[in-house]
Amino acid sequence: MSNIWTDKKSRQIIIQIFVIVVVLSLFGFFVRNTLNNLELLGREASYSFLFAPSNYDINQHLIEYDSRSTHLRATVVGIINTGLVAFFGIMLATLIGFVAGVSRLSSNFLVNRIAYVFVEFSRNVPILLWILLWHGLIVHNMPHPKQAMAVYDFAFLTNRGIYIPKPLLEPAFWGVAAALAIALAGAYFFSRIAKRKQELTGKQYPVYWVNCSLIVALPLLAFWLLGFPAQLEYPVFKGFNFKGGLVLSPEFIALLIALGVYTGAFIAEIVRSGILAVSHGQTEAAYALGLKPSLAMRMVILPQALRVIVPPMISQYLNLTKNSSLAIAVGYMDIVATIGGISLNQTGRALECMSIVLALYLCISLSISAFMNWYNKRISLVER
Amino acid sequence: MDKNPHNTGIRQDLPPPKMHVGVAGWIRKNMLSSPTDVFLTVISVYILYKIVPPLANWAVLDAVFSGDVNHRNECREIAAGACWSVIVARFEQLLYGFYPVHLRWRVNLTFILLFVALIPLLYDQVRGRKYLLWFTLIYPIFAFFMLWGGLGLESVESSKFGGFLLTVLIGVTGIAVSLPLGIALSLGRQSSMPLVRLLSVCYIEFFRGVPLITLLFVASTLLNYFMPPGTYFDLLLRVIIMVILFAAAYIAEVVRGGLAAIPRGQFEAADALGLKYANCMRLIILPQALKISIPGIVNTFIGLYKDTTLVVIVGLLDPLGISGAALADSKWQGLSTELYMFIALGFFISCFAMSRYSLYLERKLDTGHKNQ
Repeated sequence: MSNIWTDKKSRQIIIQIFVIVVVLSLFGFFVRNTLNNLELLGREASYSFLFAPSNYDINQHLIEYDSRSTHLRATVVGIINTGLVAFFGIMLATLIGFVAGVSRLSSNFLVNRIAYVFVEFSRNVPILLWILLWHGLIVHNMPHPKQAMAVYDFAFLTNRGIYIPKPLLEPAFWGVAAALAIALAGAYFFSRIAKRKQELTGKQYPVYWVNCSLIVALPLLAFWLLGFPAQLEYPVFKGFNFKGGLVLSPEFIALLIALGVYTGAFIAEIVRSGILAVSHGQTEAAYALGLKPSLAMRMVILPQALRVIVPPMISQYLNLTKNSSLAIAVGYMDIVATIGGISLNQTGRALECMSIVLALYLCISLSISAFMNWYNKRISLVER
Repeated sequence: MDKNPHNTGIRQDLPPPKMHVGVAGWIRKNMLSSPTDVFLTVISVYILYKIVPPLANWAVLDAVFSGDVNHRNECREIAAGACWSVIVARFEQLLYGFYPVHLRWRVNLTFILLFVALIPLLYDQVRGRKYLLWFTLIYPIFAFFMLWGGLGLESVESSKFGGFLLTVLIGVTGIAVSLPLGIALSLGRQSSMPLVRLLSVCYIEFFRGVPLITLLFVASTLLNYFMPPGTYFDLLLRVIIMVILFAAAYIAEVVRGGLAAIPRGQFEAADALGLKYANCMRLIILPQALKISIPGIVNTFIGLYKDTTLVVIVGLLDPLGISGAALADSKWQGLSTELYMFIALGFFISCFAMSRYSLYLERKLDTGHKNQ
């Protein structure tokens, strides 16, 4: 008898059987309880409510939506809103992170200290507090639309949001988009050809300048040739509020700034440690080879620093996306606030709604971490 | 004697150039060393000029600190700046929530003894550490009875808990329980048993994949479904359980990083010594792995502590919940900035202290393996 336990193989089997029995019985316990509870409530788990009218409005929707649309469509609107704030949040956080991270390494005392205070204050205060603080600042301290703060008659800051001109695109604008696509494709091929030529002959082409001018000039040319097929619709003050234009709601702005600043502070630390991780010998070696400082930065230091910076930065992006779920605190209609909030309260189908929310976030996270594994494998150093 | 022909006598050292020492030298070196540097300094000074004086005016010079003011309009009549009276008026609530006033000494005592219980864990060179560790071990039971009552003490319902009391309670409980759970999970993920590994991976990926707020929603809306009909679970308890489960997954990932950094030779050496799995982990692997993962663990703790604010969304009255109640009061409407700034300061102080402690630990425990 004691043999079974002393032998490693049989012991492992016994332990695994024990673990699986415990886990399965726990699951069975939960499932049975859930079924019992649903029966007591007199209903079954069913997702058919998704196709019933939602009966609520969402103030920010990029696709067509009104209160007669289905819960499913409300969910899609929520997903798009989450994506929107996550996308711009990531841009803002990356910008703030790189500026603050490089500033933290500056030899200038003031720049260094300002960045330090900014980073420490941003990341040591809960993100929810930042969201509420910014929301409160906008709603309580910005002027009424009547005394709107105008920025060059272009944008108007009010306590109901920021009003900016809205681009009205005519169908011919597709020509400009096509020109941009062609320019990008051309730039890509030119850089490939230039690289191959350089490898063969050693001759260098001004890739950067040619591509930049190509990408800027071609769409502008198309824009001019097609007779300016886009206009700006300016917001105009009428009655009690601004009409027309594009409005960024206070919720969206508060969320965006809070996510950008909070995550930016974390990215700043990542950037700093990434740059510090490249040993000084690398810089000296690059100079010894006769590289210019700009080339040394681009070809020797940055590639090595990015290897350290990118993986944790992507996981910060993931954190930002997950943190955007706090939107519900200020009433921004994201995934949690639509299907996990109002839909849940209206239909009372907690089980179904929460399972959808969890599944959506799991999809986002797992796909990002799958991408990260792939990326890490690709860039990992092959030693010896 | 010196035979150096150039040495023609003793001369006094010249003083260093004035621009290179003292305040002037320091400013020259650190703020004005190159044209770019000058430019950056000018921009920084401008930013400081734009931010600091208005903030100081608002928060201190033009602010009302008096506790006798009972309405935001009275504040506005006195000065245009911040109206800190709202903090004075709600200070007790921000700290204790609605915990009965005559029993608050119990909260204070528990809080002070928390530090006594922490001392042997934080500093290992305290005299009588052995006895203090025993105290640490019984402290959770003691704290439970002190806070909730029982054993002859007047009992207090969890719905009365609030303010920073709630923050510290959820944070400390979460930290204390999630650490062992997280370590167990990380060992499970490293295990050679495929089933155990699979289950650990599923658990970790699930809890790391969803935002805490959705888990708290699950706790507040769904957990009743999973329990036998008629069971009642305190909301605070449900939230604490979710916070623990959530934090454990993050701790597991951090510790996994530490485990991965241990060279194979250490495992093989432990096997060669004939150590059992438990002893090998306890005596050889974990001490090294945990040491490496300390910065990550402390960061997870800081994150957990900050995340306790989310409980306001499921209706618990943490400091944010209390300030929400204050803002709903017509007397204090619109003073959100004051309240949130105060709470932010509270969080900043504790989180900053924790991150400083982690730096100290890192330096203390660094035995130089990193640089070899």
